Amino acid sequence: MRLRNLLKVALKSLTKNRMRSLLTSLGVIIGVAAVIVMVAIGQGAQVDIEAQITSLGANMVMIFPGASWSRGVSHGAGSQNRLTLDDAEAIRERATLVTAVSAEVRVNAQIIGGDSNWNTSVQGVDPEYQEVRDWHTVSGEFFTKRDVRAKAKVAVLGKTVADNLFPGSDPVGEKIRIRNTPFKVVGVLEAKGQSGYGSDRDDVVMVPATTALYRLAGGRYISRIFASALSTEVSEAAENELVAILREEHHLEPGEEDDFRVRSQAEFLETATETSRVMTLLLGAVAAVSLVVGGIGIMNIMLVSVTERTREIGIRLAVGARGSDLLIQFLTEAVVLAIVGGIVGILLAVGVSVFLDRVVGMTAIISPAIVALAFCFSGAVGVFFGYYPARKAARLNPIDALRYE
Amino acid sequence: MSAVIEASGITKTYQMGEVEVHALRGVDLTVEDGEFISIMGASGSGKSTLMNVLGCLDHPTSGEYLLNGRDVSELAPNEFAEVRNTRIGFVFQVFNLLPRTTALDNVELPLLYDRTRRIKDPRAEAVAALERVGLGDRITHEPNQLSGGERQRVAIARALVNRPSIILADEPTGNLDSTTSLEIMKLFSELNSQGITIIVVTHEHDIAEATGRTIEMKDGTIIRDAVGAGRQME
Repeated sequence: MRLRNLLKVALKSLTKNRMRSLLTSLGVIIGVAAVIVMVAIGQGAQVDIEAQITSLGANMVMIFPGASWSRGVSHGAGSQNRLTLDDAEAIRERATLVTAVSAEVRVNAQIIGGDSNWNTSVQGVDPEYQEVRDWHTVSGEFFTKRDVRAKAKVAVLGKTVADNLFPGSDPVGEKIRIRNTPFKVVGVLEAKGQSGYGSDRDDVVMVPATTALYRLAGGRYISRIFASALSTEVSEAAENELVAILREEHHLEPGEEDDFRVRSQAEFLETATETSRVMTLLLGAVAAVSLVVGGIGIMNIMLVSVTERTREIGIRLAVGARGSDLLIQFLTEAVVLAIVGGIVGILLAVGVSVFLDRVVGMTAIISPAIVALAFCFSGAVGVFFGYYPARKAARLNPIDALRYE
Repeated sequence: MSAVIEASGITKTYQMGEVEVHALRGVDLTVEDGEFISIMGASGSGKSTLMNVLGCLDHPTSGEYLLNGRDVSELAPNEFAEVRNTRIGFVFQVFNLLPRTTALDNVELPLLYDRTRRIKDPRAEAVAALERVGLGDRITHEPNQLSGGERQRVAIARALVNRPSIILADEPTGNLDSTTSLEIMKLFSELNSQGITIIVVTHEHDIAEATGRTIEMKDGTIIRDAVGAGRQME
């Protein structure tokens, strides 16, 4: 039979039982929509996480103090802090694969300013910190290298701190006191929002690293060193270079363990991407199960249909239809059910994704590839689950089929 | 005259559980082109089985069946379907039209399965067949909008549409009242006078008398084969 006639016959018999066809398609509609929406949510999450990690600073490499060991017992990370401002200086002078280097000294302190006070984290950093973490001022200026050399008492406020101490006014030029030492506010940082762990990254005050170390912390060791690799591609090489420089600085013999740890943003990104990719796959797989269930619905209805239409099959055989004609006819019906379900499912998925995006505020990204895949899969479901009932119809004997009551 | 059907020694045995049913026990039959034949006999005499074998709906258990000189007794299912599609028109007692399908679509049905594409315009051919049986004004009606006689006319149009060598009608008037039966038989004899070979199975003597040759069956064999005058039906 010609394709046009095949489709006509299939559509006609499907529209004879509108409700039944609709309910059968519903299984596929839900299956296809579920696959697409789940994968869209997964990919949305992936993009969110990537954006968040990149916002911490592109190509960032972090150096932490390492764990110390005594008599085979680890004292945990940071138990033996040997990172110093000299280490940061050595990296700045000798590393070739990094552009910006900044020390970080963390101190918790009570800050008094304006008419109120606020307890926050004070970070002593170098001006390069702006570059490394891609974090700039929205008002005023960041302090300079000269301020660092002079251990100047200048501070840059995070958005949260600025809002709490100086609500509704620009704090640049104002005085604040950190642990009773007076500081001049020279700038306000742009808002960064929550970190991946849920803490407020804007709840911070930045001062020169030297100021924090000598005037506030009163110690020798710094918390971390940040550096920016030249590019993502060389970030691993940059890591190795930093390790070599620091081992030399710390006079470690070959075979001795590092007393520091180096982590790159690329590694974090890779881990996070991998995690969300697995999650996407898992969501998609669970949704695919519902598509298979939809296929079983098609098979069920097609079997009922073949039995109901035994007489029709007999008539068609009697006027000269071959078994293969009937096989193709019933297969066409199953595939039409599945594909119509697939198309409606795609439309539904687009609707749900737009709803999630606009109304719920979730990032849902529909990729054309997954739409194409879900569509082809629904067609394949139609062929796979339609084949058995269709073959049953094709194998009927004309006399038996005509006699069927 | 050439023979349309040459059947010899046709037997058909069914297995019904433990019991073997011998529906046909050696039937010899030759049908010449243009003949109008009626087959009579009590229920269970094997008339319908013979029609099914002649109509290529069923294979004989043994014997030789030549249709237009071609042996069709042992054809594969697809070739069998093609023979049904291009050489034979079958009319059933219960009409066997597709429900909720217009007369035109019903009549066109055999042409949709014609792989030889020998008929260029199936639609026009179907309309012509309906006009031939006097239903030119009913082509868009569905079976449930037609009377019994009209339904059987649609079925006859469907049997005609593929220009078969022979039309086989298994009790075509069995479900119709006597006036309508007469009309249907008149239609058959008209078609016969146009040169179409027809075999009709019937219970009724006056219908059998309308045909040129009457065959009587009993217990799976032909017991009488009489050539009559072919009384003109008025």
